[in-house]
Amino acid sequence: MGTDTREPIVEMRHVKKAFGYIQALEDMNFSAYPGEVTAIVGDNGSGKSTLIKILTGCLKPDAGEVWIKGKCFSSLTVKQSMNEGVTAVYQDLALDNCKDCAGNIFLGRELLKFGIFLDHGRMRRKTEELLENLHISIPDITQPVERMSGGQRQALAIARAVDTGGDILIFDEPTSAMGIKETSRIMKLFAGLKEAGKTIILISHNLFQVFDISDRICVVHNGRFVDSFMTKDSSPQELHKLIVEKEEELSDEKAAW
Amino acid sequence: MKKQLGKYSQQIFLFAAMVIVCILLTIRSEYFFTWKNIRNILEAVSYRLILAIGMTFVIASGVMDLSAGSIVSLCGVIMALALHGGMPVPAAVAAGVLLGIALGAVNGLLIHYTGINFFILTLAVSGMLRGISLMITDGKPITKFGQDFIYLGIGRIGEIQLSVLFAACFVLVSVPLMFHMKWGGYVLSLGGNREALVKSGIRAGFYRVTVHALLGAAAAVVAVIITARLNSAEPNAGMNMELDAITAVVMGGTSIKGGKASIAGTALAVLILGVIRNGLTLMSVSSDYQQWITGFLLLVSVLISEIKVYKIKALIK
Ligand SMILES: Nc1ncnc2c1ncn2[C@@H]1O[C@H](COP(=O)(O)OP(=O)(O)O)[C@@H](O)[C@H]1O
Ligand SMILES: [Mg+2]
Repeated sequence: MGTDTREPIVEMRHVKKAFGYIQALEDMNFSAYPGEVTAIVGDNGSGKSTLIKILTGCLKPDAGEVWIKGKCFSSLTVKQSMNEGVTAVYQDLALDNCKDCAGNIFLGRELLKFGIFLDHGRMRRKTEELLENLHISIPDITQPVERMSGGQRQALAIARAVDTGGDILIFDEPTSAMGIKETSRIMKLFAGLKEAGKTIILISHNLFQVFDISDRICVVHNGRFVDSFMTKDSSPQELHKLIVEKEEELSDEKAAW
Repeated sequence: MKKQLGKYSQQIFLFAAMVIVCILLTIRSEYFFTWKNIRNILEAVSYRLILAIGMTFVIASGVMDLSAGSIVSLCGVIMALALHGGMPVPAAVAAGVLLGIALGAVNGLLIHYTGINFFILTLAVSGMLRGISLMITDGKPITKFGQDFIYLGIGRIGEIQLSVLFAACFVLVSVPLMFHMKWGGYVLSLGGNREALVKSGIRAGFYRVTVHALLGAAAAVVAVIITARLNSAEPNAGMNMELDAITAVVMGGTSIKGGKASIAGTALAVLILGVIRNGLTLMSVSSDYQQWITGFLLLVSVLISEIKVYKIKALIK
């Protein structure tokens, strides 16, 4: 750290968020820099998904500040965050299972004819094109999404995020249901997005994936920021140690109680 | 082709059931398949169809509204008072429809902002609205209106009653509204996955309120038709009407969980229930059977839709 002269494009300062008596985020700090891939790693329940839902305006923080592109938002809405170019693939994918691929790809940004009617034909063709360009194969794009496999659904959600054209892309465990081949295709896609200058925030449990693509790693634990460093200054072994040690440190604390 | 058939299996079942019932009734009663009787059936189902179309949108959005019947009665009562107070017919009708829209919107607001289960909430609202109707009227019907108003219930253009035209308009408008416009798409997503809507930056509350307002408007139109037809606004009007509407909607293949809807299915289901009601009356069968058959058909349709879901799940595995 300390080498950053650039301003973060996305920043969270001292953010707190509780669900009832569960403190999901306890003084969370997070920064992502323009054009970089920032990986967020941490165990299940450490607050990663909550963090990104606050960045996209889905959840309102109890305290703290969210900064996007130099603007501070006290109560960020989904719309505002989208207008700033933030697009997310949520862990639950946020797909409407009853709609088909085109219905989901264009949810909230439908193509119209005569200004009021949905242009189903054009949306279907655009969806076909998009999936083909991204090398995502879905046998029948006219069937409801509920009939697709977990991996296909993830691919669809990723395609939607890419298609929105936002320049800050957030992916919350985007390949967790994918096979090896599908995953490597998506990783190539991410590399392409990075090449194109997009800022990417990636949550993943796959350390090799993290080291393969990220520029910076942010470690969180129990709703707290633990450490952040450049990927090239670390190794999977070191990161693994850091996460496991944190776990032991905490269980020692608990034992001391 | 096979895929398309699978998609519409419930509607096909309903259509087949209707054809069979019609054939049986034609054999049993020579009066059944006459224009006069068909016209009777259409006039009898018209207002039920209007309410069922409104309910189709609400069920598509993932909830039900048990207060629709009470909205019918309160709108009827208020319109009757307005007419008796000397208000011109168009103004009184407009007031009734606006009241229906407002009451529907209140349901939507309550469901959206309180998060209370829709079933309990609309049941409570239903009780309150019915109570208001009874209090205003002292439990007695308000009767006798001018010919202008009565015309709205029994007037005909050529051979077709106005109420049938109203119902046809509802059906014709609701198809593009549900399947070819943003509004309907979002209403369906409200039932399919509300989170997906919110995460796409769409204001779910707006669609929750407007979909209930639409049902409120439909209920008010029903109130106009039945008040005019009976030449009387009854505080007990519309009793259980929402249950009939829900039955037809579910029979028609609209998913109880929301997200999927069929306007044609709703229309078919309302029609078949009307045909059965008519046939039983023609054969002087007790109306108890009508209840039984309605319940039975509902059960069979739900079973068919469940089997469809089951098949799909098996396919994924
Ligand atoms: N909507 C919610 N209601 C209640 N608790 C929640 C909710 N969302 C998350 N949590 C809790 O907050 C904590 C952090 O969750 P999450 O951000 O999903 O973690 P991660 O994505 O790192 O696995 C967990 O303990 C989880 O149970
Ligand atoms: Mg998570």
